[in-house]
Amino acid sequence: MTEWFSNDLINALVLISNFVLVPALSYGSQLALGALGITLVYGVLRFSNFAHGDTMAFGTMAVILVTWWFQSMGISFGPLPTALLALPFGILAAGILCIIFDRSVYKYYRQRKSAPVVYVIASVGVMFMINGIVRFIIGPNDQRFADGERFIIKAREFKQMTGLSEGLTIKVSQGLTIFIAVALVIALFWFLQRTRMGKAMRAFSDNEDLALLSGINPDRVVLVTWVLVGLLATIAGTLYGLDKSFKPFTYLQLLLPMFAAAIVGGIGKPVGAIVGGFVIAFSEVTVTYAYKKFFKYLLPENMEPDGLMQLLSTDYKFAVSFIILVVVLVVRPTGIFKGKVV
Amino acid sequence: MSVRNRTLFSFALMVGLLLAVAFLQSWSVTLAILNLCLISAIMALGVNIQWGYAGLFNVGIMGFAALGGVAAVLVSKAPVVEAWSAGGGGLFVSLICIVFTVALSVFAYRRLPQGRNRVLCLSLIIVVGYFVTRYFADPAIAAIEAVDAAKTGYLGGMGLPIMFSWIAGGLFAAGAAWIVGKVALGLRSDYLAIATLGISEIIIAILKNEDWLTRGVKNVSGLSRPVPYEVELQKNSWFPELVEKLNADTLSSVALADRSGALQKLVIEYSSVFVKLCYAGLFALVLIVLLVLSAKALNSPWGRMMRAIRDNEVSASAMGKDITARHLQVFVLGSAVVGIAGAMLTTLDGQFTPGTYNPLRFTFLIWVMVIVGGSGNNLGAVLGGFVIWFFWIEAEPMGLWLVDALTSGFGDSSFIRIHMMENAQHMRLFLMGLVLLLVMRFSPGGILPEVVHRRKKEE
Repeated sequence: MTEWFSNDLINALVLISNFVLVPALSYGSQLALGALGITLVYGVLRFSNFAHGDTMAFGTMAVILVTWWFQSMGISFGPLPTALLALPFGILAAGILCIIFDRSVYKYYRQRKSAPVVYVIASVGVMFMINGIVRFIIGPNDQRFADGERFIIKAREFKQMTGLSEGLTIKVSQGLTIFIAVALVIALFWFLQRTRMGKAMRAFSDNEDLALLSGINPDRVVLVTWVLVGLLATIAGTLYGLDKSFKPFTYLQLLLPMFAAAIVGGIGKPVGAIVGGFVIAFSEVTVTYAYKKFFKYLLPENMEPDGLMQLLSTDYKFAVSFIILVVVLVVRPTGIFKGKVV
Repeated sequence: MSVRNRTLFSFALMVGLLLAVAFLQSWSVTLAILNLCLISAIMALGVNIQWGYAGLFNVGIMGFAALGGVAAVLVSKAPVVEAWSAGGGGLFVSLICIVFTVALSVFAYRRLPQGRNRVLCLSLIIVVGYFVTRYFADPAIAAIEAVDAAKTGYLGGMGLPIMFSWIAGGLFAAGAAWIVGKVALGLRSDYLAIATLGISEIIIAILKNEDWLTRGVKNVSGLSRPVPYEVELQKNSWFPELVEKLNADTLSSVALADRSGALQKLVIEYSSVFVKLCYAGLFALVLIVLLVLSAKALNSPWGRMMRAIRDNEVSASAMGKDITARHLQVFVLGSAVVGIAGAMLTTLDGQFTPGTYNPLRFTFLIWVMVIVGGSGNNLGAVLGGFVIWFFWIEAEPMGLWLVDALTSGFGDSSFIRIHMMENAQHMRLFLMGLVLLLVMRFSPGGILPEVVHRRKKEE
């Protein structure tokens, strides 16, 4: 009796790991990287960058094009996706794009010390332009560019290995996402906390006038920020594209969960962006998952639920980030980690 | 150029552009563009009320326009009696549950002392309320959606003339705006932007998925019209006679045997133009009424107060103005205007298709209209609506022509040429962004800047 019970319990846990834990971890990492980019722009340049989703799409597009080029030349990265080799090119492209737009658009408003909302409207213009470029070059449709091995663990192998009736699947893209996100976040924090430039950026973000007085070069700070934004956006976009698929419109729609993540954590705070990303991702996945099978394992047979046991249909995942956003706005407008209020 | 001349000149140029299309393409194309120009102008007017008067940054225009579209369905479609009897009761009970839950949460929020207990209590009320509502709503919704799913599967509407939906659309949008405004106004401007972006995505998600309400992605087509149908016109006796009279010269030059055939063709062409003209008349009427009202409001003490708040919140608040309440008021008003335009758009389309709402087209394009036309100036916003919509439509043939000319050297089978011809239409997004940025940079007031009376230039 006890063995039967514990077996069911493990099956239920594996089920949840397979459909909730692993997807939410990788989605959360992607959101966290995206939100980090938004929060950096907010911290240093003091505006909400509506063009961030499209910057992600642009970087990813560059990665895809280079990936295709590599594939046509027969270059591959063994079991890992070729896109990883193409990443530096995408980062370069996105970084250059960000700097071009900063020099031609935002710099002017910075010099005039315009109101934040002017930057936001300018970023809408930039969003349109990047969106047009991306659609013009690669088209508005779905593009798949993942290659190499697809799975780290397949459901069938897992079942054979453990003898459970539930399988656990971990895709290479999910494993990679989590691994790269952790490595990148560590590197970023090391940069922000330990290097001269990172310290200058934090000082600039905390108090611009004081930073200028102590001889920090604002142009360099802004330049480095945009390079970092291009880097984070391209990596987040590529990982998302490998995990799901690349479509310019989907990247535009990622804006909302990314903003929600940045605000929930406390906008302007890098730690907040990461925590926020996971909060949003876990809420989205747990709320839209159908728990029918889960309860089937846990409850006695005669109490099996008849419905899907789904709190919200998957199409309402935006609603989840929005509701969390609203709750945070009402209860604690500065977010979990006391972000900026301009 | 004086302000007045500048306005007259700009509008004359716009009329000229439309006429050019009429002669180069056709009258039918011109009128199709004109109708959407009028609707865009109303949307831009709504955004201008929020942004130009009060400096509120709303990026949820798509959602408010879609609510207008829902109103068109709910007002004009005949009620589906079977669906009402199948699930109406259940839905009613669940509605009462929702109202009860909300009332109870508000009561608890107000009465309980702040702290962890209040949060726990509120969460409990909401969770229990949610499940009780679902318990009644789920079977009712399933029953409604099962009623002749291929044709209806939804509750239908009230079966009233569709023109009423323009008012209803405004009311729906105003209601939604009130809720969003209550939450997000009074916080930083960026937060309002993100909150409205969110609400618009949610509204679209609801419309796509709640089949019992609007059939979701199955679309509601065949909405009734406030103007006659082409086929009816062709069957009537007066219309062909009128066409014959108007074209007496051309017809007399046609050989007698072909004359009835030629007339038939003309009648079909004229009927489509006539229907579009009717729409244009109705839309223009609404636009003029709204324009007059907005101009009156802007030049009243209320308008001056709004501008004072926009320009300096601190000093306006020191003068005793309730900033948050005024912001809420203007936010609701502007959204209502957008809702009216949304209902008109769905009326013009004759169908409600939630899948076609896209933030680039329905939110950000309207913003381009307001900024380019001139924020704070009602006529400017209207002009912006006309100009931007015109180029949004005409950029496609122009862009194709340009790409065709540029790549003609590559030869017809060249990969670059084919790719560029296929994707040329997307360049209009790029163009819109570029226009927006150029106007912001070099002419921040827009084509027709805000007119400020009796004020010295700021330092």
